Amino acid sequence: MTIAPSPFERLRTEIARIEGVGRTQRQVLPFGVASLDARLPGGGLALGALHEVAGGGEGVIDGAASALFAAGIAARTRGKVLWCVTRTDLFAPALNQVGLSPDRLIYFEAGDDKAVLAACEEALRHGGFGAVVGEISRLSMTASRRLQLCAEDTGALGIAVRRWRRQAEAADFGQPTAANTRWRVSALPSTPLPDAGVGRPRWFVELLRCKAGECADFELEACDETGRLALPADLADRSSSTAAWEKRAAS
Amino acid sequence: MCAELIVADADLEGDEEHLDRLALWALRRYAPIVAADGRDGLVLDVTGAAHLHHGEEALLADMVERLAAVGVAARAAASGTWGSAHALARYVALPTAAVSSDQSGRAIAHLPTRALRLPEDTILALSKMGLDQVGEIERQPRAPLALRFGPELTRRLDHAYGRTAEPIEPIEAPEIIQVRRAFAEPISAPETLARYTLQLVEALCRLLDAKSLGARTLDLRFHRVDNQIEVVRIGVAKPLRDIRRLTRLLCDKLETVDPGFGVETMVLTAPFTDLLLPLATSNGLTGVTDPDVSELIDMLANRHGARRLYRLAPAQSDVPERSVRKLEPEAPEIAEAWPLRWPRPARLLSRPEPIEALSLLPDRPPGSFTWRGVRRRVSRADGPERIFGEWWRRDGELDAVRDYFQLEDEAGSRFWVFRRGDGEQPGTGDLRWFMHGVFG
Repeated sequence: MTIAPSPFERLRTEIARIEGVGRTQRQVLPFGVASLDARLPGGGLALGALHEVAGGGEGVIDGAASALFAAGIAARTRGKVLWCVTRTDLFAPALNQVGLSPDRLIYFEAGDDKAVLAACEEALRHGGFGAVVGEISRLSMTASRRLQLCAEDTGALGIAVRRWRRQAEAADFGQPTAANTRWRVSALPSTPLPDAGVGRPRWFVELLRCKAGECADFELEACDETGRLALPADLADRSSSTAAWEKRAAS
Repeated sequence: MCAELIVADADLEGDEEHLDRLALWALRRYAPIVAADGRDGLVLDVTGAAHLHHGEEALLADMVERLAAVGVAARAAASGTWGSAHALARYVALPTAAVSSDQSGRAIAHLPTRALRLPEDTILALSKMGLDQVGEIERQPRAPLALRFGPELTRRLDHAYGRTAEPIEPIEAPEIIQVRRAFAEPISAPETLARYTLQLVEALCRLLDAKSLGARTLDLRFHRVDNQIEVVRIGVAKPLRDIRRLTRLLCDKLETVDPGFGVETMVLTAPFTDLLLPLATSNGLTGVTDPDVSELIDMLANRHGARRLYRLAPAQSDVPERSVRKLEPEAPEIAEAWPLRWPRPARLLSRPEPIEALSLLPDRPPGSFTWRGVRRRVSRADGPERIFGEWWRRDGELDAVRDYFQLEDEAGSRFWVFRRGDGEQPGTGDLRWFMHGVFG
C-alpha cells in the first residue's frame, strides 16, 4: 500500500523547487580540518555560492588576515582566480606564500565598489574562474543576492572580502546578506616557539552565519604554503584528561 | 657659401604617399577615424578609442615614441576640436600636449593667427591691422571681420572654438575588411542599433572566416544624418571571430553612442587582424584543461581600460616595493615565483609610514612602538632581515640599508617594520623606524 504524500510533503517539495535547491549538484571544498568541516553542511565550503569574510579588530581596516583566508581557499581551487580590488595594497608575495601562484591570479583594479560588484558578477556568471574574490565595503542584500544567483548558476566560488575605511563603518557587517556563509578572521598571538621569535601565525576564525548550519568558532593555525589551515598542535594533541573532562562537561 | 650643403627638391607626391601610409598605420593602431591634415599632418578622432591606450596623454606619447623609432620627428596634441589640436600640435607641443575639451579654446588664445589654417593673404591683412594672436581676433566684433575678410576667417575661428562641427572624412583602405549597411530611414533606437550590429558582425565574421583571419580590433562607425560620425572601438587580446563575443563587446559600448537625429549608415571595419587557424581542442583523454577566461578579460578591459587588469610577477629586486612587476593578464605563464622562506606581509603600505620606536643597537627589535597614534608593546619579534640599496638604480642607495623586523604585539597583530641603517655605520641610514606592512 502506498501512502499519498501529505500536503506538507508536497508543499516542501514545491518550495524546494522554487528555491532552486538541487538545481546544481552541490559540490564542496573541504578545509581539511575535521572539526571545521564537520560544522559545514556537506563537509566543506559550498561551491557555487557566495561567502563573506571580514577581519576582526584592526582587520576591519587592513583586511590582512581575511585576505589571506580568502587566498587560502582560492589556492585550493582549480583554474584562474580573479581578485577585484579598489585599493592596491595587496602584496603578491604573501599570496604566493599561501599557495596562490602568480600565474593563476589576475587582478582587476576597479574604481569603486560598484565596479567591483559588476566585475564579480560577470566573472561568476562566466564560471571559468576557480574563485572570484572581491574586496567590498558595502554589500547590500540585492547585490549579494545577484552574486549568489550567478554563482549558483555556474557553480563558481565567490568570496567577498569585506573591508572598511573606518572602524565605525564595520557595523555594516551585521546587516543580512544572501551569502552562504559569513566568516570573521582575527589574528591571535602566534604559536609559541622554544626561543624568541614569531611562530606560525594563528587565527581566531568565527563562522558567524552558515546557511543550513550552526555558528561556531575555531582557533586555527594560518594557511601554509598550499593554503591549508591546521589545528594548533597543543589543541589537537591535548592530554587525555582534558578530553575526558570535556566529554563529561558536554554530557 | 657652404660646400657640403646638399640640396634636394621637395618631393610633394612622395610626401603625400608616405603620409597616406602613416595614416593607415595610425588607423590600425590608434583610432577608427584618421585623415590627412594638410600636407604635413594627420588628424585622428580618438573618441572612444583612447582608453585602449591608457588615456590621451599615453596615446600621444606612445605615438611620438614609435614615430621617432622609425625616424619621423613628430609632434602631437590632443584637444576638443580639430582646429584647436591642429594649432597646438604645431605651436605648443614639445613633443606632446593634451588639453581637455573645455579648455581647447583658451589653450590657443595666445597662438599666432597662422595656427588657424587661414590663407596667406588673410594672415598678412590681419597683421597689418595689428591682430597677431588668435585670442585677439576672437575678441573682435564678428560682423566687421566677416565683412572685411570673408566667411573663411569666422568659419575657421568657429572650427577652432568648437562652435560649428568639422567632420573628418576618414581614409579608407581597400585591404581593410569592412562591411557596411545603409538604411532607408534613419535609425536611433538602441535595440535597432544592437540588432544591426549583430547582422554586421555576422557578415564580417563570414569575410574573416574566408580568409582565416581573426579580428584584434573592430571599429563600428555610425554615420549620422547631420554628418557627424560616432564611433565605437573594441580591442581583444587574441584574434577572434566569435560572433556572439564580438557582438557582446560592441553592444556593451552602444550606450556611449549618441544617435542624434538618427543613423543612416553603419560601417563595421576590422583594421587590425591576425591569422586565426582552426585549433585542436583537448579530447578529454589528455586531461582537464583550465577553462578559457579570455572572454571576461576582454570584456572588463574594454569596459574599464586594459591597464586595470594585470597579473603580478616577480621582479629581480629584494626591495619589497620593487619586487613586483605587472604582466598582461594573458601573458604566457612564468614558472618563477617569490621565495617562500622570507615572511612577507599580506598588505604592503604604498609608502612606509614613520613610527616612533626605540631599540638597542645594532640588531635588537624595538620593545614598543607607536603607529598612527596607537602605542603597542612588542611581545615577540623576528629579524633583522637586511636589505641593501640598489646602487645601480640610484647613486643615493649606494650605502643604504634597511633592517626589516617582524613584530607581534600583545593582541596578536603582526607588523613589518624596518629601520633605516644597520646601526653601526652612520652612512647607511639615519636610524629612523618605519611601518611597511601588516601580516595576516
